[in-house]
Amino acid sequence: MTVHFINRDGERLTATAKEGESLLEVVVNQNLGIDGFGACEGTLACSTCHLIFEEDVFQKLDTITDEELDMLDLAYGLTDTSRLGCQVCVKKAMDGLTVQVPVEVADMRRELEVENSKIKG
Amino acid sequence: GLPSAASRVRGPSARCAGAGERRDRSLAIGLLSTAALAPQICVVGSGPAGFYTAQHLLKHHRLARVDIYEKLPVPFGLVRFGVAPDHPEVKNVINTFTQTAHSDRCAYYGNVTIGKDVMVKELQRAYHAVVLSYGAEDNQILGIPGENLSTVYSARAFVGWYNGLPENRDLKPDLSSETAVVLGQGNVALDVARVLLSPLDILRTDITEGSLAAIACSKVKRVWLVGRRGPLQVAFTIKELREMINLPGTRPLLDPADFTGLGDVIKDVPRPRKRLTELMIKSALEKPGEKEAARWASATKEWGLKFQRSPLEVLPAADGKQARGIRMAVTRLEGSGESARAVPTGEVEELECRLILSSIGYRSLPLDSSIPFDPKLGIIPNSLGRVQGAPGLYCSGWVKRGPTGVIITTMNDSFDTAQSVLEDLQMGVLNLSNSKEGFKSVRSILHSRGVHPVTFSDWEKIDAAEVARGKLAGKPREKIVDPQEMLQLISH
Repeated sequence: MTVHFINRDGERLTATAKEGESLLEVVVNQNLGIDGFGACEGTLACSTCHLIFEEDVFQKLDTITDEELDMLDLAYGLTDTSRLGCQVCVKKAMDGLTVQVPVEVADMRRELEVENSKIKG
Repeated sequence: GLPSAASRVRGPSARCAGAGERRDRSLAIGLLSTAALAPQICVVGSGPAGFYTAQHLLKHHRLARVDIYEKLPVPFGLVRFGVAPDHPEVKNVINTFTQTAHSDRCAYYGNVTIGKDVMVKELQRAYHAVVLSYGAEDNQILGIPGENLSTVYSARAFVGWYNGLPENRDLKPDLSSETAVVLGQGNVALDVARVLLSPLDILRTDITEGSLAAIACSKVKRVWLVGRRGPLQVAFTIKELREMINLPGTRPLLDPADFTGLGDVIKDVPRPRKRLTELMIKSALEKPGEKEAARWASATKEWGLKFQRSPLEVLPAADGKQARGIRMAVTRLEGSGESARAVPTGEVEELECRLILSSIGYRSLPLDSSIPFDPKLGIIPNSLGRVQGAPGLYCSGWVKRGPTGVIITTMNDSFDTAQSVLEDLQMGVLNLSNSKEGFKSVRSILHSRGVHPVTFSDWEKIDAAEVARGKLAGKPREKIVDPQEMLQLISH
């Protein structure tokens, strides 16, 4: 199956996924160039595999547990359709899925500083 | 200078903001003369900040060489010495750091103290860029009378003790009384409380043998976490709170009066704060389920949260050496949310205790008199990781931002600093036509001063020895806490 990840810089990364693999496993197994993804290696001890889903896909995902919510709560740029990639397993119906890698706080701050320095001249 | 025809450098494509346009993170550099064009970069500190900065540089620059220096023989900083022994999953990042260290463009040099064995100015002569990632080795002080009594410790030292940090191995904390008070309500405070109250079989991980033995003899039955402000200002996070509430053999002591009516106040706050508060409210006000009620009924240990209490004085025992209690000002809150301030009401309260752990924050120290440092904020003044007034000098991690946040916070921050270095390389702010010798010149400096760096494969020998010793004791590792023993093991 095919899964697309929109990276932080806007680049679309397309990967082959096996049914039952978590999205974190897809990133790792396919060696996708997403910086710092999956730091705790899928043990629900970080939020670096945070991904944003389309609304209709999000609604069909398996119910989120308290443990996942606890870690998701710490993620930057949390949305109503955010999940941790290590907890979402690829199903047949998800072939062609597109997910977004969220921008990090450092990226936002950097963009703000670049804008500010342009204004100041 | 570099002949412009010889280098293929992508232009500054990302000097424009906007959702679809991001900076190019990879640089393609023409290979006319590899040696002249390979940036030599040095990172000071081998904790998460150091390793994540190095990792990002190596990934996004095909030629850069990164050398990581560390004052201890062993790497990984707070991942090894700060993360609690019963949180092994958080330490999985060591695997990615190990991969980085194995890169042929990366080298690790332990047992080298920057600011003593070699100065930052000498590093700047040897490297194109120097990144300071040395963290926060000290702690905030209370600034109250009695804080230096013998049974008052910083949480930092206590954590260092049970995690085998060499400088804290002789702490010998006094665990002979029933009640302990932890000042502070962050994740470190919860770690400390959990280590004091956990059943020993949960603790038997990579906690040091010496501290496990001491805790086995501990008389501590009750731990209070005391905060100056209220439940809505607690700094700990929900996963750690949940762990504490579910800790076998313990019961929580939460005063319902602290939580009544709070449910209405949090209706519109962001989800993380809301869920955290709801969990406290539930534990304080709701009748526990059958299993939980049974556990609480049979619990032999307890922990609780005391709010709106600001420490005024640690009271001495009759011998004048130990603490016998703590006097606190009762406060009220002005304002709300994260910016609420605790204001004394005039009322005062005393809590009887001997063991007091101050968990009010870590603190960075200036490394070297040549480096700009803001003593008030405890950070190196910088803009996006570029040290102010010091071209070629950068910083990442706690020494850049202040000592808060979890590993992911430091990871993103380190990538951010690495990005500044990459931009400066790309724009010629760091002049690569000045060739730098890197470790070659540092090696001779260290040699002339009788300093023997520990390499990463030396660390792997120490690592193997610790794992082997741990196996004998049914633990993932038995940490070596004496640096001399470490050096002897690798025949230095």
